[in-house]
Amino acid sequence: FVRPARPLGPYDTKEAVTPWEQATTYNNFYEFGTDKGDPARMAASLKPRPWTVKIDGEVKKPQTVDIDTLQGWFPLEDRIYRMRCVEGWSMVMPWLGFPLASLIRRIEPTSKAKYVQFTALYDPKQFPGQRGNVLDWPYVEGLRLDEALHPLTLLAVGLDGRVLPNQNGAPLRLVVPWKYGFKNIKSIVKITLTEQQPKTTWALAAPDEYGFYANVNPAVPHPRWSQATERRIGELGRRATLPFNGYADQVAGLYKGMDLRKNF
Amino acid sequence: MERPLSGTRPAPPRPRAAGRPLGWLVPAVTVGGLLPAVILIQDAVSGALGANPIQRATLQTGLLTLALLVLSLACTPLRLLTRWTWPARIRKSLGLLAFGYGVLHFLIYLFDHGFSLGVMVDDVVKRPFVTAGFTALLLMVPLALTSRKDSVKRLGFQRWTRLHQLVYVAVSLGVLHYYWGVKKDHTPPLIYAGIVIALFVVRWAAPRLRSGPRPARPAPGRPG
Repeated sequence: FVRPARPLGPYDTKEAVTPWEQATTYNNFYEFGTDKGDPARMAASLKPRPWTVKIDGEVKKPQTVDIDTLQGWFPLEDRIYRMRCVEGWSMVMPWLGFPLASLIRRIEPTSKAKYVQFTALYDPKQFPGQRGNVLDWPYVEGLRLDEALHPLTLLAVGLDGRVLPNQNGAPLRLVVPWKYGFKNIKSIVKITLTEQQPKTTWALAAPDEYGFYANVNPAVPHPRWSQATERRIGELGRRATLPFNGYADQVAGLYKGMDLRKNF
Repeated sequence: MERPLSGTRPAPPRPRAAGRPLGWLVPAVTVGGLLPAVILIQDAVSGALGANPIQRATLQTGLLTLALLVLSLACTPLRLLTRWTWPARIRKSLGLLAFGYGVLHFLIYLFDHGFSLGVMVDDVVKRPFVTAGFTALLLMVPLALTSRKDSVKRLGFQRWTRLHQLVYVAVSLGVLHYYWGVKKDHTPPLIYAGIVIALFVVRWAAPRLRSGPRPARPAPGRPG
């Protein structure tokens, strides 16, 4: 990566960006396979164009929209975010995208809308990992509406100024930098506003290990490992994991009065 | 067939290793078993271990431990099924190699956590998958320490055999450690579990299925 020749924005981290090679070959994307190398190896089987995104549920303007039309609605922004995987490693990613809030405002939620549910592509022809049932396909993720409207929450279509590589979730993926990486659903085909909290894939697969909120929290260990530290990809040692992945100033207020040990 | 494996007479004393057929076998297994460690170090130095080398090295040494342990456990069932004697000759080397990789696996884990005793104790106490792996490695220590031939003599064959039955506990805990450590796709640890169970069954059933009279006790030099 070359650090973009632009002044850093208010949401950018100053930390060193993870090299392109590592950010595009070390991925969790079980639709391609469970090995970290599978997504890059199998990436060519995904066809990110043509692609449509269905918008439905509690919105005044339900519609199905082509990905190029969709991303043309908003100015694209560079955002350098930390990304912390629930497995205990992290990267610094130079995303290119637009705030989810912009899209939600455009499709006009009804008064019943409380949550946003995202659904990823289900197509075992394009996603060889979906030929097995390691997870309950399609992959589903969700956010509370206020989380979805937070200015940090991004829909990414690019990385480092280029079109998003398939293994990183082309053509459209969610980026919520204060949550564990698995919340950042990839290859989105449907966005549904709902009244009920969505049933999300990892929370269904292992409810005692992965919760709906999945906020990065060094104080709440995973049942099988500690979340107190993380390895930044490219470094040998470990560093302390920060509450909300270092975004506490911006997002801690969303969870005022909540017991984050219960709502993990 | 070098020697009869079952019969009414005890087997003749072993000839000296140097003159034995397949004399290259043990050195070959030792060199072959150490080769993955050499490749691992070479990959670590050249940066070929990928984006998360520590995690990769941890996984690889863990898998090597389990695979070599399973191979060492396969020796006796293989001998019982085929009546070949050579598997018994490489069993010790495979077991010691497994232990070596287990120690390496543990050292990489310690390195990963800055050799912090506190983190280690916390993990062993609080996280069952670490508890299982740690216990498996501990159980292998007395086995490695009594792997020399004279240990059999010193302990007595019966006691030595009973002690070395701990390897079944160690390998079971090793598979459990692997199973619990995997995030989601449990197929590989289940394959290991299946192999271990199959080896247990053969180990248990083969002597019982053998026709003809059996010696009351195992022949010397072939601890079971």
